[in-house]
Amino acid sequence: MRSVHFTKALALAAVMAIAAGCSSSGSKGDSGALTDTVGASSIGAGSTGGVTPGSWEEVQQLRNVFLFEFDRAVVRPEFLPDLEKHARFLANNPSARVRLDGHTDERGTREYNMALGERRAQAVERVLVVNGANARQIETVSYGEERPAVVGNHEGAWSQNRRVELRYLSR
Amino acid sequence: MSKLKYLVFAVVMLFSSGLMAQQLVVEVTQGVDSPVPVAVVPFGWSGDSALSEDIAAIVSQNLARSGFFRSMNRQNMLSFPNQEDQVFFRDWRMVNQDYLVIGRMQPLSADEVRVTFELYDVLKEQKMLTREVSAGRNNLRDAAHFISDVIFEEITGIKGAFSTRIVYVTADRGQGTNQRFRLHMADWDGERARTILESNEPILSPAWSFDGTKLAYVSFETSRPVIYIQHLATGQREQVQSFPGLNGAPAWSPDGNRLAMVLSKDGNPEIYVLDLRSRDLQRMTQNSAIDTEPFWAPDGRSLFFTSDRGGSPQIYRMDLASRAVERVTFEGSYNARGRLTQDGRFLTMVHRGSSRRFQIAVQDLKSGRVDILTNSDYDESPSIAPNGSIVMYATQEAGRGILAAVSLDGRIRFNMPVPQGDVREPAWSPFLK
Repeated sequence: MRSVHFTKALALAAVMAIAAGCSSSGSKGDSGALTDTVGASSIGAGSTGGVTPGSWEEVQQLRNVFLFEFDRAVVRPEFLPDLEKHARFLANNPSARVRLDGHTDERGTREYNMALGERRAQAVERVLVVNGANARQIETVSYGEERPAVVGNHEGAWSQNRRVELRYLSR
Repeated sequence: MSKLKYLVFAVVMLFSSGLMAQQLVVEVTQGVDSPVPVAVVPFGWSGDSALSEDIAAIVSQNLARSGFFRSMNRQNMLSFPNQEDQVFFRDWRMVNQDYLVIGRMQPLSADEVRVTFELYDVLKEQKMLTREVSAGRNNLRDAAHFISDVIFEEITGIKGAFSTRIVYVTADRGQGTNQRFRLHMADWDGERARTILESNEPILSPAWSFDGTKLAYVSFETSRPVIYIQHLATGQREQVQSFPGLNGAPAWSPDGNRLAMVLSKDGNPEIYVLDLRSRDLQRMTQNSAIDTEPFWAPDGRSLFFTSDRGGSPQIYRMDLASRAVERVTFEGSYNARGRLTQDGRFLTMVHRGSSRRFQIAVQDLKSGRVDILTNSDYDESPSIAPNGSIVMYATQEAGRGILAAVSLDGRIRFNMPVPQGDVREPAWSPFLK
């Protein structure tokens, strides 16, 4: 089950990568982003086998790190199923609160990256709100490039650092 | 950088410092193609216990790092004069020196030293100045920087910036939340560093007030970005802004009464100006793009900032009276985090051109010409010395953040002494009293 989902995700990522490659203007976009891998985040994509849909147990198994392309703040489609489940949980549990921390890779200037990290957090927030969460349940903070998940100046590190981390403050 | 460019630069610098044309000729004929050769002889010392600092060595290094001078290696000196009757100009002409600095020190009291120094023009065989300065034995670096300032100004006509300070941020190596952030202050050459703020959360964007008495910076110590002002004499801090969203990139107006900053309280990063006396807050930009990294023109009448409103980050200028905005940078796909020289003529910034590297560039706002000053992949946070001679910036060496500096003509580049941790965001003080 898990591996099926993972394969699907990879396939989707490949399609995305090709699409991104075609539409890339080449002037500012980071072509290195095409080498991003989707499954690299710590928590599996959307595998919820065996737990009650909509439960806290299910939510804990959802992906909580969402990766981005260089200088972009668009949520990738493959992350939408998990975000929809987070949103549904928030909608069904009005006392639940989440914090979204937006991050960037180290390239570019620090304050510009602060703004970019915030845009990413806001992009994830919008997906949650569109899918039923209340904006008051969501707090967004940008850390810019100040808190890398992986240290290193290569695409392998950068792709992991361009991210939004979703964290429950209460349920 | 071309010969012509340097010449133009020298001319502008000299005019802006209010110098006479006569000295200007000296600078242009001697300093265009190569730095001016100067010999700083080890100073004599008549006390019995050894001194903690080698003043002549500090002066020699300061002058060389300015980009204007080439300091003679003392191993090649034919003699070590300490006073006038020991000076034989022939000794210095033979080794192609244009200027000579000698000095002597004597104990004034248990902890005070008197330093006498003299500057000679070797070609004219003339003494240019004799000065005396007293210094605490623990503050000999102050004396060395003061002497450097006097000599630099006497020869170039440009005020020396060796008695200034820098602040910078370090982060322990590590990732995620296992980091410690520190804000430090040091002499311009990185010596005598001390920590002025420490936190487990990020510290960034330190900015000096124009009178050099205060710093503004962003600290995440409350787990959100908040702008603080810290008074350097007392260490006392005040929280300036803490709105939801971004609170960042503080920049002091030249008169010290206003602080430009970035807030996203209305949903999008916009430039605001806060009047520090009335607490009146004015929104300056209205745009769905990212507007950030404001900095003031020296006359206080316009505000520059980074915006991606044209599709990629570029630097724009807003006239404060009319609010009219014009784009300033056009070369390259990324131009951000600008800073201006005090005469408002030269803009340094982080530039990404066809090489796709992030480098420090300088743009002449009069001619539009852009020169790339640095040569590595991840250069950022340029900060200009108050006399416009040197740009300090953050770069990487072996994957680690360090500080480096480059003369504004791109000719002299050097790395700063490396403290512990990842070093970033140097901010150069104004001239200090």
